[in-house]
Amino acid sequence: MEIIRIEGISKSYGKHQVHKDLTLSIERGECFTLLGPSGCGKTVLLRLIAGFETPDAGKIFIDNQVVADPVAGIFFSPESRGLGVVFQDYAVWPHLSVFDNVGFPLKIAKRPKNELRDRVMEMIELVGMKGLENRLPSELSGGQQQRVALARALVANSSLMLLDEPLTNLDANLREEMRFEIKELQRKLNITVLYVTHDQEVALAISDRLAIMDEFGRIRQTGNPWEIFERPADPFVFNFMGIANFVPVRRVGDAYLVGSGEQLIPWEPPRGDAPEWVAGFRPSDVQIAPTGTGLRGIVKRASFLGAMIDYLIEVDGAHLRTSIETHEAMSKGLMFKEGETCVISFRDLLWFNAESLAEVVKA
Amino acid sequence: MSVITQKSRFGAAQIILFFSIAILVILVAFPVLLIFFNAFWVNGEFNIRDVAKIILEPETYQALTNSLIIASGTTIGSTIVGTFFAWLVTRTDLPYKSFMKSMFLVPFMLPSFIGALAWKMLLSPNAGFINKFFMNNLGFEGPIFNIYSYLGIVLVEVMYLFPFVFIQVCGALERMDPTLEESARISGAGLFTITRKITIPLVMPSILSGALLIMLYSMAHFGTVAVLGIENGIFNIPTLIYQRIHQSAGSFASIRTGTVLATVLVITAALIIWLQGKILTKGHYQIIGGKSFRPMELKLRALRIPLLIFCLVYIAFTIVLPTAVIFLVGGLKTYGLAFTWENLSLDNYKFILFDYKLTKDAIWNSITLGLGAAVITMFAGVMISYVIVKMKVRGKGILEFLGMLPFSVPGSVIALGVILAWSGQFGINLYNTVWIILVAYIARYMAFSLKANSAALEQVHDSLVEAARSCGATMWQSLKYIVLPLVRPGMLAAFFLIFLPSLRELTVSIMLYSPTTRTIGVAIYTLNEDGETVISAALAGIALILIIVGQTLINRFTRKAGA
Amino acid sequence: MSHVRLVNVTKKFGDVTAVNSLNLEIGKGECFSMLGPSGCGKTTTLRMVAGFEDLSEGEIHVGERLISSPQRNYYLPPEKRNFGMVFQAFAVWPHLSVYDNVAFPLQIRKFSAAEIDKRTKDALRSTNLLSVADDSPADLSGGGKQRVALARALAINPDVMLLDEPLSSLDPHLREEMRFEIKDLQRKYGFSIIYVTHDQAEAMALSDRILVMKLGVVQQIDTPLEVYNKPANKFVFSFIGLSNFLDIVWEDGRAFARGDTTTLPEMLIPPESMRGSGALSLASRPSEIDFVSETEECGLRGIVSRKALLGEIIDYKVKIGAQEVRIQKGRRDPGPELGAACYLRFLRPFWYAGEE
Repeated sequence: MEIIRIEGISKSYGKHQVHKDLTLSIERGECFTLLGPSGCGKTVLLRLIAGFETPDAGKIFIDNQVVADPVAGIFFSPESRGLGVVFQDYAVWPHLSVFDNVGFPLKIAKRPKNELRDRVMEMIELVGMKGLENRLPSELSGGQQQRVALARALVANSSLMLLDEPLTNLDANLREEMRFEIKELQRKLNITVLYVTHDQEVALAISDRLAIMDEFGRIRQTGNPWEIFERPADPFVFNFMGIANFVPVRRVGDAYLVGSGEQLIPWEPPRGDAPEWVAGFRPSDVQIAPTGTGLRGIVKRASFLGAMIDYLIEVDGAHLRTSIETHEAMSKGLMFKEGETCVISFRDLLWFNAESLAEVVKA
Repeated sequence: MSVITQKSRFGAAQIILFFSIAILVILVAFPVLLIFFNAFWVNGEFNIRDVAKIILEPETYQALTNSLIIASGTTIGSTIVGTFFAWLVTRTDLPYKSFMKSMFLVPFMLPSFIGALAWKMLLSPNAGFINKFFMNNLGFEGPIFNIYSYLGIVLVEVMYLFPFVFIQVCGALERMDPTLEESARISGAGLFTITRKITIPLVMPSILSGALLIMLYSMAHFGTVAVLGIENGIFNIPTLIYQRIHQSAGSFASIRTGTVLATVLVITAALIIWLQGKILTKGHYQIIGGKSFRPMELKLRALRIPLLIFCLVYIAFTIVLPTAVIFLVGGLKTYGLAFTWENLSLDNYKFILFDYKLTKDAIWNSITLGLGAAVITMFAGVMISYVIVKMKVRGKGILEFLGMLPFSVPGSVIALGVILAWSGQFGINLYNTVWIILVAYIARYMAFSLKANSAALEQVHDSLVEAARSCGATMWQSLKYIVLPLVRPGMLAAFFLIFLPSLRELTVSIMLYSPTTRTIGVAIYTLNEDGETVISAALAGIALILIIVGQTLINRFTRKAGA
Repeated sequence: MSHVRLVNVTKKFGDVTAVNSLNLEIGKGECFSMLGPSGCGKTTTLRMVAGFEDLSEGEIHVGERLISSPQRNYYLPPEKRNFGMVFQAFAVWPHLSVYDNVAFPLQIRKFSAAEIDKRTKDALRSTNLLSVADDSPADLSGGGKQRVALARALAINPDVMLLDEPLSSLDPHLREEMRFEIKDLQRKYGFSIIYVTHDQAEAMALSDRILVMKLGVVQQIDTPLEVYNKPANKFVFSFIGLSNFLDIVWEDGRAFARGDTTTLPEMLIPPESMRGSGALSLASRPSEIDFVSETEECGLRGIVSRKALLGEIIDYKVKIGAQEVRIQKGRRDPGPELGAACYLRFLRPFWYAGEE
């Protein structure tokens, strides 16, 4: 059953159209991520749902109730929508203690003192902040402040949480830890989470479903993490989800040749009779070997990164990247030096038509 | 479970906006418009030839050029002095730098007209203590320096205004990313080259902005010129307005001259503010950031001690000496006696605090006016700033424009406008009452309040309020529980920023006082004009004590709030 | 042939020893990185080489030149050292154009106008900045600003280039690109690089040799591969890439994971020299643990407590007794599901003394 439905929403700021006729629905109890590059309008969409912005056209439903419909003149203020919101800059109130921050929603709702106290302590414990309830936000680290913000958003028992890039301001280690914590909380409390981010790794790690937005605010694909990663709808999604190789392939008669050379691509040809194609694959989809069958190339650059070794390989004018785990490279004799020749083959490969790729490259 | 409970209401935003606009229109825009109207509108028609005629009258024209000369001199002098000292305390190994820094900020507290009084006692051509000392003891035939001159006025203004540049440049130099200078050093440049080619150009916007602030202040400055200039017939715009209106007791012709001069002042001020805004937005470099290291220090070597002595002498000469003279003269039985133990007593101080009605009234008036103006302006300022900084409401543009006005309207203009607006022509007559001074104070200090409150509000990020809304708080609740507690330090800062200067206010009060509504500033000035030098000095001493105590309290408070 | 030589270099700030008796030789044309957590003394060392900090003890030489020596009361100021330097916060001068920024060091050295123009343009060309030569650097992106800083450092054609976290202010994608550009410039101009960073992948990718530092003390100086394969101690192991540490107890001739009762498989028996020395720490890399079938004898049993697809890799957490191990596998390797029991084979276990 859907908890949020967005129907044909449009939103402009002056001449800048952020959203045009956008439709989307989010199921109850799922962790749904809006993923897109910065400036794509994903935060605007979250703010429309939260009630901090009003749509120019279209309808927003929460729990089958219209909360915004400019045509009918309906607009519910943020405080009447009963949502929990967590912001990128934490937005914990600096003049209130951890306890008072978390207790604020209950204070506004005029809950009895005892109940408030118990519930607040429960939440503080849930986010692992027990013992710090009398601290002021200035005495907390970034990660702790974000935990306070989470507890505050959860305390009023709202079944829907909106999270706007909540981990962006944290350092890398903490970010990694917190994303799993958020997922845990969502599972444990069985709430719906709408998560907005530009970080595809976070999105893959926590989402049940995700929607990929392009820089024009259009949704390119909606699906579960596996579908998005392994079955991208177009080159934009493929490119956005991780390091992507795009190698031009041209058709000469029945043969599909790589780059400007004469080597056949060792993969099933595309369906369709266009003369120019693009092969898309991830660095890990490439197998590299010193000899054998496959495309012959030259190692242009070898970067040892610790656990991984990253190679840039040229095959007849086309460049592609592959990465290999260091221990595997060492045990299998795959430590190439720059300038050495190698042979590559594929584990997986997607065909894109040349025009759709041009759009990605331009952007 | 339904998560939705009620619909929102409209209207609160519009009400606040309306009130904010009303306050600024009634208190500031309306009086200023009346000035323009009076200046350009004669007998029901627009008349620019008369305006030109008035400006070209020898006396008014002279006042205009005097204002320009004095302001330019003051600006140049203050900029050089301020920049030099700022560089000295931030970029060299001068000893006792932090002490020096706080000493260079002291002139901020000292009212310049009290400074001018002190310098008058020290350097007036015939009676000044220093001049007399040189003539009587060292055989000089005439005074060594005549303070009643352009140079005298400029020097006194520089002494008390240079901190505007000093504080701006110090701030810029301290926040500047040290690697900007280090990278020049590694490029092969020595410290003097770096100062010339990198450091000074990078802080130039701060220098210019401080300089323009001084220009603005000096153009419209009343006190120093009133104390030191009138003797020799040197008038600037504010003193001429005062003199005309005062002498003719508000005749039509004098008001008209006043409005024309005031118009010139407003236009100049607006121009300066526009220029400053331009420099700050366009020319301001992003020079903050990076890892924090100590910036490089120029080793002064042999110059270290001489420069230290120079700074100490400067401080002694500009701060200690005038202050001491004020307190000493305030203790004399009669002006002209020597400073010996038998001539000095606390009698004058007792007299003005407990016996003399005029000074007792003045102190009471200043304190109540200051409190009243500070409280009202603080609240009005927080409301108006809130609309400007935080609210998304139609019609806000008007308010933003109106909010700029208080910054560009000098004190004497406000006084004149208030006279035009509240002397009965529009149904309300406050003339000769304390209320007219209150109204004028509010208009004059609105700029301070707007500045402090918007700065505080800008620290309150939108998401803090949005977080409250999403927690179920209405707009009013989020104001009450979140915004107001967070801007309280800004409001308190605004309160003190208004209360302390109003204790020593002269420019506005002098135009509006009546025999029973003197303020401290007016009392000091008029007593001095009437030849009551020792009483006037004693009152000035009391004013200094009030100001220093108040400032110490603020410093303690802000330090606590900052910690 | 060593080019930059640090002999017993020590730096104290009051009671704190920021750098303790550091000996170092950096060869001509070498790219040498100093790596460590913040506060480890790497930046202080660089600043001593640059001349922004003086030494408490020791000497620094460049080629035949002595540049710092407190004993001999000798200190060459930074502007005389002829180094190129790039800072984290770019430190390009916003009041000068890109061209004038780059020309500045040449103007200071009073080259002829023609020479200044030639060298400036050459440096701008190498950094792809010719087209924006007349712009203000303030209008450039972070990457653009850092290119200006590089070009400015290149202009005098220095022998030694000092880079102080030059890529930390850039976004990850740009960071990678700039890393390659720096490497290419080094190849072209042949200068030595002393590179300070806290990002181990960056140091590995760029350097000929790496110095790992902790609290002012050198932990290891080696090639990237050696540092990765033979970390000198537990700190180096934990600092280079992701790491797991399992507490192991040796009792009655058997090894256990602390808080677990199963005996460790033979492959995970601690080396003889370390047995009986109290708690032990079994170090491993998440990418160097395989899932094996129950029947294989080398497997250590655990329960999958987390599984997440992170794109190219799948990230697991496996509970062993009360402890957890992180494992990362390529997305194609079939792995156990969340909550399932699994068996782990540690491909390259490292042993360190544990902390009591």
